[in-house]
Amino acid sequence: MILLLGIIYPLFITGIAQVCFHDKSNGSLVKKNGVVIGSALIGQQFDNKAYFTSRPSASGYNTLPSGASNLSLTSKKLQEQIIQRKKEFIAVNKLPSDQVVPSEMLFASGSGLDPHISPQAALLQVERIAEARHFSSEQKQKLKQLIENNTEKPLWNWLGETKMNVLLLNLQLDGIK
Amino acid sequence: MEILRTVLPFTFLLIVVAPFLGNYIYKVLDGQKHFMLPIFGKPEKVIYKLSSVNFSESMDFKKYCLALLTFHFFGFVILFILLSTQRWLPFNPQHVDNMNWHTALNTSISFVTNTNWQSYAGETGLSYFSQMIGLTVQNFVSAATGIAVFAALVRGITGQTVQSIGNFWVDLTRSVLYILLPLSIIWAVLLAGEGVVQNINPYTEAITLEGVTQIIPQGPAASQIAIKQLGTNGGGFFNTNSAHPLENPTPFSNFLELFAILLIPVSLTFTYSKMVKSPGQGRVLFAVMSILFLSGLAISLYSEYQPSEIWGNLSYMEGKETRNGIAGSVLWSEVTTAASSGSVNTMHDSLSPLSGMVAMVNMMIGEVIFGGVGAGMYSMIIFVILTVFIAGLMVGRTPEFLGKKIEAFEIKMCMLAVLAPAIVILIFSAIACCIPAGLSGLNNTGPHGLSEILYAFGSTAGNNGSSFAGLNVHSIFYNILTAVGMLIGRFGVIIPVLAIAGNLGQKKITPVSQGTFRTDNWLFGGLLIAIILIVGGLTFFPVLSLGPVAEHFLLQNGILF
Repeated sequence: MILLLGIIYPLFITGIAQVCFHDKSNGSLVKKNGVVIGSALIGQQFDNKAYFTSRPSASGYNTLPSGASNLSLTSKKLQEQIIQRKKEFIAVNKLPSDQVVPSEMLFASGSGLDPHISPQAALLQVERIAEARHFSSEQKQKLKQLIENNTEKPLWNWLGETKMNVLLLNLQLDGIK
Repeated sequence: MEILRTVLPFTFLLIVVAPFLGNYIYKVLDGQKHFMLPIFGKPEKVIYKLSSVNFSESMDFKKYCLALLTFHFFGFVILFILLSTQRWLPFNPQHVDNMNWHTALNTSISFVTNTNWQSYAGETGLSYFSQMIGLTVQNFVSAATGIAVFAALVRGITGQTVQSIGNFWVDLTRSVLYILLPLSIIWAVLLAGEGVVQNINPYTEAITLEGVTQIIPQGPAASQIAIKQLGTNGGGFFNTNSAHPLENPTPFSNFLELFAILLIPVSLTFTYSKMVKSPGQGRVLFAVMSILFLSGLAISLYSEYQPSEIWGNLSYMEGKETRNGIAGSVLWSEVTTAASSGSVNTMHDSLSPLSGMVAMVNMMIGEVIFGGVGAGMYSMIIFVILTVFIAGLMVGRTPEFLGKKIEAFEIKMCMLAVLAPAIVILIFSAIACCIPAGLSGLNNTGPHGLSEILYAFGSTAGNNGSSFAGLNVHSIFYNILTAVGMLIGRFGVIIPVLAIAGNLGQKKITPVSQGTFRTDNWLFGGLLIAIILIVGGLTFFPVLSLGPVAEHFLLQNGILF
C-alpha cells in the first residue's frame, strides 16, 4: 500500500505532469534573456518607483516559508499598519489625501506571495510610473493600454475576481519604448 | 452578485454529481460489480496476497476495532520514524533537517487521525520523501478509515442478529483503490494543468526584476493536494496551504479544490440511503446538513460584508488573496470547517469575528455538517440516535431506529462520542488560558486571544486541522496537548461508534408499524437540527460569547486591542 500510494502514485502523476504540462508543473517560471526572474504565480516585492507595487506582504515576499500577519480585525497593530500603508501609498503616488485606496493595497495577503492586484490599484500608480520613467504622453497611453491588456476577467465571467499579475505587468512595462 | 456567482454554481454542481458518486460508493462498499474493477481489481488481489492479514474473515466489533487500532499504531510509528530521520533519507534535495521529537509526534498523530494540523512549515520542514511516503500515504488511509467506520456502522444498523460488521482490511483497501485513488488521479492531473507544481527537483533560484534573489519552492505538490482535498485531510504542502499560489494558483484550481472537499461527504448521504434501502433516510440527513451549512454561510457572509467605522468601510482583505476575493474566501472557510478538511485559502485568524465563530461552531458541534469523509456521517448518525432517543422519551415510546431498539448501552456510547471532543475543547482551552506556556503563544490580545486558543482545540478535537495560525504552536506544550486532543477527538468517537455498530448488529429488526417513529420526514429533520444546536449551543455558547461574540460588538464600537 505504501509502495502504491507513496511512490507509484506521486511519480505517476509527476510523469504525466512533466510530459503534458512541463512549464506549469515546474513552477511556471518566467525567464528574461535566459535567466529565471521569478514565477508567474509568485508575487515579488517592487520598491522601485518605476515599477507597479505589489500588495503588502507579512513575510516580505519570502518563500521559505510563506506566511501571513494573522492579525485580527480588533488588532491595534493592524490598524497602525493600515494607516501607515495608506499614507505611504498616497504620498508616493501623489494622490489627493481623501483618495480611496483599494483594500488589497492596504491589507497583507494570506500567503504573503499574492501575485495580483486589482486594475484600480494599478491605475492609481500610472502617473507615478510615467513620471519616474519620463514617459511622453504617447508612452503613457501605451502604459494605460498595457493595464487594460493585462486585466484578467473572471473565468467564463463567473469564477474568480478581476485582477492583474504585477510581475508580468512590470516585465512588459520594461518593454515600452 | 459576487456572492451568488460564487456560491450557486458550486452548490448546483455538487447536488448534480453527488447522487451518482454516492451510488458508486455504495457498490464499492457492498462488494458489487462496478466499472473500476477491471482496472484496480488486480492490485486489490496483489495487496491482499502481499500482506499477512486475513481478508476473508468477517469481524465482530472487537476484531474490527483491534484491526483498526493496530493499523493506526503502525502507521503512526512508521511516520514518526520517517519524520525523525528524514535528513538521511532519499528525495531530499533541500537537505531538510530531521524534525524534533515533539513536532514529529504531533505531526504523525495529526496525519494518522485525519486532522492534518500542522505545527511545521511544509516548504522548510519536510523532505519530498516525508511528503510522499509519509504524508500522502496517510492522507489516503486516514480518509479510507473514515469510510470504513461509516460502512461498519451502517452494517451494524441494517444487520439482522449478526456478529460481523465487515472486514476492516477489505473496507480500507477498497475505499482507497476504488474511491480515493481514481478521483485523486483525475484531480492531481487537472491541478498540475492549472500550475500546481509537481516534480522532484530542487528549489529554483530566481533573480527578480529588482535584482533580489527569490527562491521558488518545488515538489510533488499536485499529487498530495488532490488527496488532501478529496479526503478532507487538509494538510497543506506549503505553509499557507491553499492560499499559496503554487498550491492553488487560479480560479479554476480554487473551484476544483473547493469542490473536492465536499464531494465525497455529500455523496455519502446518498450512499447511506442505498445502504439502509430507504431513500428518505439519507435525504433527511442531506437536508439537515444543507440547512446548517447554508445558515452558517449566511452568517459568515453577513459578518464579512458588514462594514465597520473603524476600518473606514474597507473590505476586509487581510489574510485574503486577490484572486480568491472575499466571497470565495468566506465560502472556502465555511466549506473547510463544515467538512473536517481544514485546508484554507484565507487566513482564518484575520476573518471577521462572526465568520471566525461560524468556523468554530462548525468544528465544535462535532463535524457533522457533511463532515470528514465517513467521519461526518458516523458522527451525524450518533446525533440521529440521540434524537430518536430523546423524541422517544418525550412521547413515551420505546425508541427505535430503523427497526432497532435503542437502549442504555447505545445511549451511553453516543454520549461518550459527543462528550469526548467537547471535554477536550473546553478543558484543554481552560488549561492553556491559565498557564504561561499556553498564553505565550498568542499573536492577538483581547477576546481574539481566547478565540485563538479555542480554535486550536476546536480544530484538533474535531479533527479539522485548520487554525487561527497566529497562535504559535511550535512548543512542547501545544504539540503534546493538541496531539492528545486529536487522539481523543478521533478514537473517542470511532471506538464508541464501532461499539454501537457491534451491539446494534446483534439485535433483531422490528418491522415498521403504525406506532413507529419515522426518521425520514421533516419533523424528524427539525428535531435533529434542534438537538444538534442545543447540544452544541449549551456546551459552547458561554465560551463563544466571551470570544468571537464579544469581539464582534467591540469591533462595531471601534474598540481595538
